[in-house]
Amino acid sequence: MSDLSEIKKKAEEAKEKPATYGPDIDLERYTTEAPEHDEKELSEIEIVDRQKLLNAGVDISGKDRSGTFIQVDSSVIHSAPSQEGIEVIPTRRALEIYPWLEDYLWKVVQVNTDKYTARAELEFQNGYFIRALPGVKSIFPVQACLYLKSENINQNIHNIIIAEENSELDIINGCANESPEAGGLHIGISEFYIRKGAKITFSMIHNWTETTAVRPRSGIRIEENGVFVNNYVCMHPVESLQLFPTAFLVGKGATARFSSILLAEKGVYFDVGSKAILSAPEARCEMVSRALSTGGTVIARGSMVGEVPDIKGHLECRGMILKGEGRIHSIPELDARAEGVDMSHEAAVGKIAREEIEYLMARGLTEEEAVATIVRGFMRVDIEGLPPILKEQIDRAIEIADKSLL
Amino acid sequence: MLEIENLTVSVEGKVVLENINLEIERGETRMLFGENGSGKTSLLMAIMGLGNYKVESGQIRFKGEDITDLPPYERAKRGIGIMFQRPPTIRGLKLKEMLELIENNGESPEELARKLNLSEFLERDVNMGFSGGELKKAELLQLIAQNPDLVLLDEPESGVDLVNISLIGTAIRELLQKDLHKSRMKGGLIITHSGYILDYVEADKGCVLVNKTIWCTGNPHEILQGIRERGYQACLTCQK
Repeated sequence: MSDLSEIKKKAEEAKEKPATYGPDIDLERYTTEAPEHDEKELSEIEIVDRQKLLNAGVDISGKDRSGTFIQVDSSVIHSAPSQEGIEVIPTRRALEIYPWLEDYLWKVVQVNTDKYTARAELEFQNGYFIRALPGVKSIFPVQACLYLKSENINQNIHNIIIAEENSELDIINGCANESPEAGGLHIGISEFYIRKGAKITFSMIHNWTETTAVRPRSGIRIEENGVFVNNYVCMHPVESLQLFPTAFLVGKGATARFSSILLAEKGVYFDVGSKAILSAPEARCEMVSRALSTGGTVIARGSMVGEVPDIKGHLECRGMILKGEGRIHSIPELDARAEGVDMSHEAAVGKIAREEIEYLMARGLTEEEAVATIVRGFMRVDIEGLPPILKEQIDRAIEIADKSLL
Repeated sequence: MLEIENLTVSVEGKVVLENINLEIERGETRMLFGENGSGKTSLLMAIMGLGNYKVESGQIRFKGEDITDLPPYERAKRGIGIMFQRPPTIRGLKLKEMLELIENNGESPEELARKLNLSEFLERDVNMGFSGGELKKAELLQLIAQNPDLVLLDEPESGVDLVNISLIGTAIRELLQKDLHKSRMKGGLIITHSGYILDYVEADKGCVLVNKTIWCTGNPHEILQGIRERGYQACLTCQK
């Protein structure tokens, strides 16, 4: 049996398999039938809400971007690089151009992980292939937008991202949907391959609505001295979201950094975390999360496995319940399987300390100003090596949430 | 400038200050002595309107206005500033940003920090990992930015080494306009245990808090000497 038919078979077997984490979703609630949307130049794009995309970090003008990919429902409407040495191609097309790409399918994410991965294979609706050729460094971020437009649509995408040796890729992955009335389910598979000395900074900004369910599934393979920086920001309501990307640090000196910033309003359910398996000497991993609940639920997971000596990892999870009956459940997990591993975690969950509010009030800030200042500080994660353009996007998302809090 | 009249304050139903009467005039610096737990910090907190300090009776007036029920930021805006004994850490807020948040007389955070050798702390989170001396200096830095008319200082010398105490003393003198005489407008209420601060900041008067109320108002050096020789309880025999 060929690899591809083996994959199909596994997907068939797993199509009813519930996920380990997160509320189960009835896939029958959604349709994969969507009208076709035509390919367009960036200047012709009208159908999407530009401001909404901007809030998710995607600039339709394409200015200061090394490439743009936009998929609406199941149709890729734009896919083009704007820098030599950077490829941005719809996955389906990339598989035709590069037969070798099949070897990268379902290698760092298993197709039979759960019914969502199975669905992504059985109802495959494209996605993006982004690659930086050896030694090429993206001057600006490549932006990718996955957009839900049709009512009750189930979007299933599969992305493959490769940073060849000594290359660098910055990617902004913005996700949004047209309106709360539309609803929808987004399933996104992302497989990252980071070659020797390469680096990927992947910033995912979600801008869904309260009727959207989201199930990303990501795997990252990092070779010698490779670096993966993952920034995840979700400051808008979503019906339920569960993600747990797993990084495999297989090369000496491989590094992974995961940072997430979450705001859970009333009715919102997040089950968000990441896992790293450090299996090469001098591998390093850091996971930092900030979760703010104004009535919603956040399950904040972090898991590290140290398989060999001389690895180092740190996990930091901070949660704050601002108002209402929110819930933040922090689940840090360290699994040392060799002598000489150095792994640590710190987790703190609570309300804003009254003494901090009063401290700022004694300096002349009103109570509302003091609370907003503390929340802004709490949500601020100093992310090493974050390009300024991405920092602006994250700050803007925080700013938007900040206004809604007041 | 500050008038406190028959002030009784409780915390969670327990009286912590009883029938306090205190007046600080414009330009006056007052030292406040008292044993641990006597209510000194409570008095400063009550003047600033902080914590769960409930005024049971009495009145606090500042510049002739009754401020007893005003929130802390209104008191700050009217010109009262406080140096906390144990200030909290504010994560994610840089000291520089804190100084920018405080309404001040236009001096830049850099200029202010240079005065107190705190330039390298401007990019650090407020009070995070600061030593005892650094905490005091950061507090003073904020007060200098705030430029209040009445300065409340809670043990400014505690946990500070000899070199820094001189620096802090100089900054307090500046804050209290000690170089001015007739035209001095700033008032201060300073809590001290050791009295070391008196070597750097001259005070006009001293008073002692014993058993939740104020006793023995008079010359601060004489009061300190009396406490050193006879203890706090001896103050009870003095004229109030």
